Amino acid sequence: MSRSDVLVDADWVEAQIGAPGTVIVEVDEDTSAYDKGHIPSAIKIDWKKDLQDPVRRDFVDKVGFETLLSERGISNDDTVVLYGGNNNWFAAYAYWYFKLYGHDKVLLLDGGRKKWELDSRELSTDVPARDKTSYTASEQDAALRAKRDEVIDAIGKRNLVDVRSPDEFAGRLLAPAHLPQEQAQRGGHIPTAKNVPWSKAANEDGTFRSDDELTALYRDEAGVDFGKDTIAYCRIGERSAHTWFVLHEILGQPNVKNYDGSWTEYGSLVGVPIELGEGK
Amino acid sequence: MSNDSCGAPAGGVTISKDKSSKEAVIEGQVLRGGAPVSPGYARLLGTGDEFVAEVPLGEDGGFRFFAAPGEWTLRVLAPGQVRLEQEVTADIGQVTKVEFLV
Repeated sequence: MSRSDVLVDADWVEAQIGAPGTVIVEVDEDTSAYDKGHIPSAIKIDWKKDLQDPVRRDFVDKVGFETLLSERGISNDDTVVLYGGNNNWFAAYAYWYFKLYGHDKVLLLDGGRKKWELDSRELSTDVPARDKTSYTASEQDAALRAKRDEVIDAIGKRNLVDVRSPDEFAGRLLAPAHLPQEQAQRGGHIPTAKNVPWSKAANEDGTFRSDDELTALYRDEAGVDFGKDTIAYCRIGERSAHTWFVLHEILGQPNVKNYDGSWTEYGSLVGVPIELGEGK
Repeated sequence: MSNDSCGAPAGGVTISKDKSSKEAVIEGQVLRGGAPVSPGYARLLGTGDEFVAEVPLGEDGGFRFFAAPGEWTLRVLAPGQVRLEQEVTADIGQVTKVEFLV
């Protein structure tokens, strides 16, 4: 994988509006953003209602994903172009999720909703009607998703990249600064983790930084060993999906997993090691 | 918005009254000629321009952050190359109000 295989710009997306075989999908942190205006012809996937199991803490299962995509009119052969707000935060999560269930042709709009808005491009409130399909998902690709025991075993062996803000990493905050802080679990980070806040991978307009800048950020400045396998985590696995996208899809690192249990799981486990303060 | 998410609505999460005394809140509004600016974005930056958080402006041009106490930089982005900045101080139990005029 490389940048040109996975990222498209706004001009390209504008030319694809209404094109057969391409489905533009908004997945936003603010799940009401789509209703106020979206890229013409785009449909919406709600990262919480549509992609999370309503009872257990887990994703919708294979059948659930098949039902969702069939209802939204997405076929196995369609090219899915994802975009969202806040540097494509949740769109990158949805990208990872589509890959997890084996969708072949997935692209991300570089800069996402933010770049589109800052460019003053057209937004529509029309909700397109799409014919239902019969979507078939693959089993989850275990090579993309890390579970807790694997993460504990990776301490000191693999790269652990904590992509939360420095204050969350150090244990001073338990959630991003735009959210309330009350939480039950302990603060801190997984020992040996490097702290590279996810948003450092993005320019101010939401586009991804250049390959050279990204390599310098992770390898040279943070000390992520590109010769080792990597697990990325954050608080609930969405910001780290963005970093998974950078390392695996843009920079082409071969073995990168997203730990979606992330700090809300790890920081609540009994008996696991936790490190406080700045990184070592 | 439940708290097991990272999602925040445009304008930021509403403050719950029983929690506000424990939070260091920074909130404000972006106006152009008295009218709210939206769409647009408010970014919270720490020391050395370190990005910490961002929210899309609400329909009232509003934004809200739950920061750690200390010094922060707020930056506003909006269509038409708008890019404004202010320095603010957040304290626990305080709601620091900021207004941006485009």
